[in-house]
Amino acid sequence: MIKKISGTAFVILALILVYAPIILLAFYSFTEATQIGAIPGFSMKNYSTLIHSEELMDMIKGTLVLAFGCAVIATILGTLGALGAFYSKKYVETGMNMLNQVPVVNADVVTGFSVCILLIAVFGMEKESFFPLVIGHIVLCAPFVYLSVVPRLKQMDSSLYEAALDLGASPSVALKKIVLPQIAPGIISGFALAVTLSLDDYFITSYTKPATFDTISTYVVNATKGSQTDIKTALWALSTIIFVIVVIAVVIMNIGGRSGKENEKDF
Amino acid sequence: MKAFHLNRKQLGIPYAVFLICFVLAPLIVIIHYAFTDASGAVSLANLKAFFTSPNTIGTLVYSISIAVVTTLVCLLIGYPLAYILARSKMKKKYTIVLMFVMPMWINFTLRITALKEILTVIEGNLAFHPFLNTIIGMTYDFLPFMILPMYTTLINLDRSLEEASRDLGAGEFQTFLKVTLPLSFPGIVSGVMMVFLPSMTNYVVLDMLYNSTYIMGSLIGSYFSAYDWHGGSMIALVLLVIILAFTLISGRFEEDEKDRKGGALL
Repeated sequence: MIKKISGTAFVILALILVYAPIILLAFYSFTEATQIGAIPGFSMKNYSTLIHSEELMDMIKGTLVLAFGCAVIATILGTLGALGAFYSKKYVETGMNMLNQVPVVNADVVTGFSVCILLIAVFGMEKESFFPLVIGHIVLCAPFVYLSVVPRLKQMDSSLYEAALDLGASPSVALKKIVLPQIAPGIISGFALAVTLSLDDYFITSYTKPATFDTISTYVVNATKGSQTDIKTALWALSTIIFVIVVIAVVIMNIGGRSGKENEKDF
Repeated sequence: MKAFHLNRKQLGIPYAVFLICFVLAPLIVIIHYAFTDASGAVSLANLKAFFTSPNTIGTLVYSISIAVVTTLVCLLIGYPLAYILARSKMKKKYTIVLMFVMPMWINFTLRITALKEILTVIEGNLAFHPFLNTIIGMTYDFLPFMILPMYTTLINLDRSLEEASRDLGAGEFQTFLKVTLPLSFPGIVSGVMMVFLPSMTNYVVLDMLYNSTYIMGSLIGSYFSAYDWHGGSMIALVLLVIILAFTLISGRFEEDEKDRKGGALL
């Protein structure tokens, strides 16, 4: 009994420690306080600064466009790659698996540095072209799409595909109507992962981005060094909005995928 | 039919080309730069410079100590959490696991900002405890990555082995030490992998918490801003070797695991 209670207490304490900073910041984002600890008065000032600041809105839009754009390209590339590798000879598949694994295990700093050194130092490309940034983000994301599609291909019932061919479907129709639906969950979770990875990235972005472009990560890091308190506290509002979006998304996902038990096994 | 088989394989060509251009080629470029000097001649000067300069060696040691302490703290907090949650009879325990993972989806710079504000209130001036703050920051950032793989291993663990151990007379603690802990080792290894390597290079956490000491990540950046591609490549290469070593070691554990599972099936 004591063991059970102390176990529960430990879990609750850990949850409090994890959420205290986020929730405290969310609380203070609705006040005029410029630092935590002061006794605040209620205000929506931070939210209006956030919405009316062109610089902040552009930065957020840029981050989202980059994340979704790169995730789309990464999903197409990664899915096609997984399909190709799956139907190729063993040594081709092994080679692709190995190369695909490099960005996964590699430190983001090294990935960013290496992409940057290839495109900028060797090929003399301009960062202002956004090409290095987009390539960097695809290198970061595509391997994870590949990794989430491969298991689905392996689980796939290959006799369905053969049956479709026997019944007269052309190979491309069979691929579209039989294979694609079976690997769709892998493609979707790969896409979601790609978006999250790109949104969260700091290192690859900082090595490859044009000087005037910022994502949320690079912007926040610069803002914490700067002395503009209204920007600093507007970021608290942004953090709160993201937190709420994440909570809503998780709740929807949980209700949508009622089969929590199955999910558990999937992990 | 034959023509088509060629077709299906061809789907992989764009990605294969992409991997060769932007994953393999950069690696080759890094190795090339690491072992040449500014004039392009082959040289071991960068290698020698790395291992003789007190600056770089100091950075390596500091990075490793931050990574070791962060990993230990994450293990000490994460393992009991994963264990308690995996063994809990609660119906909705999956929701609680999700709650520990959820912060992962909030941009880490924003999470560290939140942590920084709290630490500033508690400590007054962050500059007094740079090492401690860094460890707190890294732990805050990476704890979910530690909990998740350990939880997965523990929840899928064959409970009958524990019951057998108890039936054969082992105590609760002895069963944990001799049965549960070794069986959950693969989860520990992948958790350690996911925490150790990033905490060697995530210099943003140090940056944001006013720790001005360099770690391996910031060291690459300092060469980069000085346009010293050769020195920077050497640092990147050293990191790559460390990562490779880690991957090989953890790969071995995974294979052991597979063998064991195969053995169990027989």
